[in-house]
Amino acid sequence: MDKKIKEKRRWKPSGRTLRNWVYAYIFLAPWLIGFFLLVAYTLERSFYFSRQIVAITPVGMVFIPHGFTNYADLMQHTFFIQNLVSFVIQSALQIPVIVSFALIIAILLNGKIRARGMFRAIFFLPVIIATGPVMNELTGIGAATVPAVNTAAIAGALSFLPPMVQSPVVSLFGQLIMILWNSGIQILIFLAALQKISVEQYEAAKIDGASGWECFWKITAPAIKPMVFLNAIYTVVWLATSGQNPVIDQIAFFMHSGFYGYGFASAAAFIYSGLVLLLLLVCFLILRTRKEKVPKLVKRLDKRNW
Amino acid sequence: MNATLKMRFANRDRLKKLLFGNREKNGLLVSVVMYTLLISIGFIFLYPILHMFSISILTPQDLLDSSVRWIPRSLNFTNYRLAVITLDYFNTLWKNVQIALFPTLLQVVSTALAGYAFARYTFPLKRLWFAVLIFTFVIPPQITMVPTFVLYHNLGILGSLNAFLVPALLGQGFNSAIFILIFYNFHRQVPDSLIEAAEIDGAGHISSFFRISMPLAVPAIIVTLLFSFVWYWNETFLVNLFLGFGNTRDEGLTTLLLELTRFEDSYAPAITGAGMPPPDPVNEGIRMAGTMLSILPLGVLYLILQRHFVESVDKAGITGE
Repeated sequence: MDKKIKEKRRWKPSGRTLRNWVYAYIFLAPWLIGFFLLVAYTLERSFYFSRQIVAITPVGMVFIPHGFTNYADLMQHTFFIQNLVSFVIQSALQIPVIVSFALIIAILLNGKIRARGMFRAIFFLPVIIATGPVMNELTGIGAATVPAVNTAAIAGALSFLPPMVQSPVVSLFGQLIMILWNSGIQILIFLAALQKISVEQYEAAKIDGASGWECFWKITAPAIKPMVFLNAIYTVVWLATSGQNPVIDQIAFFMHSGFYGYGFASAAAFIYSGLVLLLLLVCFLILRTRKEKVPKLVKRLDKRNW
Repeated sequence: MNATLKMRFANRDRLKKLLFGNREKNGLLVSVVMYTLLISIGFIFLYPILHMFSISILTPQDLLDSSVRWIPRSLNFTNYRLAVITLDYFNTLWKNVQIALFPTLLQVVSTALAGYAFARYTFPLKRLWFAVLIFTFVIPPQITMVPTFVLYHNLGILGSLNAFLVPALLGQGFNSAIFILIFYNFHRQVPDSLIEAAEIDGAGHISSFFRISMPLAVPAIIVTLLFSFVWYWNETFLVNLFLGFGNTRDEGLTTLLLELTRFEDSYAPAITGAGMPPPDPVNEGIRMAGTMLSILPLGVLYLILQRHFVESVDKAGITGE
């Protein structure tokens, strides 16, 4: 008797809720299968490979347990480390340049100008056509840099810096156009955020005697700060997977080389991915926006769907 | 005396208004600075393309002549003819369309389904799967590259278009996570009452997806179609790795950009054909003609659908509502 009551009290989803769950998982099924097969499984395999020597023989792949020696070997691999370091330095230089440049353009485009559509179209064009092979060809004919920029002079002016820092800075100027070409999506994200700020807000501030400078810091800046974060993340992901990234080519080289093989390549990919995630974490720590205090009711309403 | 002073002040105000503007209108000074900046930055953005085009129409003699910089002495399109042959242009173009189009279509379906599940339903482990979705966006694809290669090999889909179709169908194509988030945003905006009304009228879960939510998500479908197409079209590395595997150059699937990276190697065999030495060695002009040709299809597409591309970021709801 007692038992029966207890069983009744235990919460059971109603038939309708249960049906909703079933349909949710039906809709989600392709993605879930894809995740398990193509992400979770391959990630696990990748980690397994990275601790083996993978030899390709006529009878198939042969695995020889190797512990973490691949990782240790990679740490000694001068060329790989050099590529990683230059990737980090270049990202650290390019992210601020791209994001701040995109912000300036977006602010210009947000002003009262004619032919905004045409300018937007020009700034967005590289998103469509800028790819690794095309960029390489353009760099080859010296179209990657503004003709007026004299890299030799810049190198001379910066000669007081250690070469480890100086050469990326010089190459930043040498590839200025190609770097700016990476800012199309970021410009539009900033522009979309800027256009969401209502004109009334500025007018009210002006009436209260705020200067343009104050308006920028008190109204515009808070509105676009989350977008700075978003754009920084997007830029990191973009640079990390771009076709011009030497680290990726090197991993592919390890993979196809008889000397290094799949195990070594997997370990390299793991180290590289760890580094990219670290970069993302740094961006997050620098640029995150503190959570605003949301009234409890709003929070509860928001939770309904979760 | 007083009148002249007043006049002077009025003139000064007018000048100030002209130069710095007021609330309704930009001043001349501000306008000049803004347009100068925009036009010069616009020129910088277009400079590589202009430069490329001008080199692509130079003859070898013009290339060597340092007095010819931008404008050729005679108009000639020999470079383009040679580049078309080297790239095997129309054949490659058709292959490239296949590579970009079919995975894109599957990707639209799979990402719309996943986005719908997240937007419409509350279900156990929803938060976990949502976090996983974000995670799949930030992990670099290189980390799973090696085992994916092995997996495709074991599944027997390496070296055919299936190596792109299967992940697209399973919602793990290029940048699928972004498209799922876009669909999530759109499906979420469909009011619950609309779905409930349809339910009362006897619509099931599947039919309310197809007949209510999807028609309302047309902008999201357009964004996904366009960007997925462009990203598949522009992929070089994975096409080479997965689709080129085990095929000779002629039978394997390839893209214009992949052929561009092989330009130097394929030039002589393509031009010579019958065993004659090529008329000219490959030069910058021919390479740039090839580069022009390789960006031409997407350039034309962009010219036609420019508005849809540019407005997509607004529509995708990235900036929140």
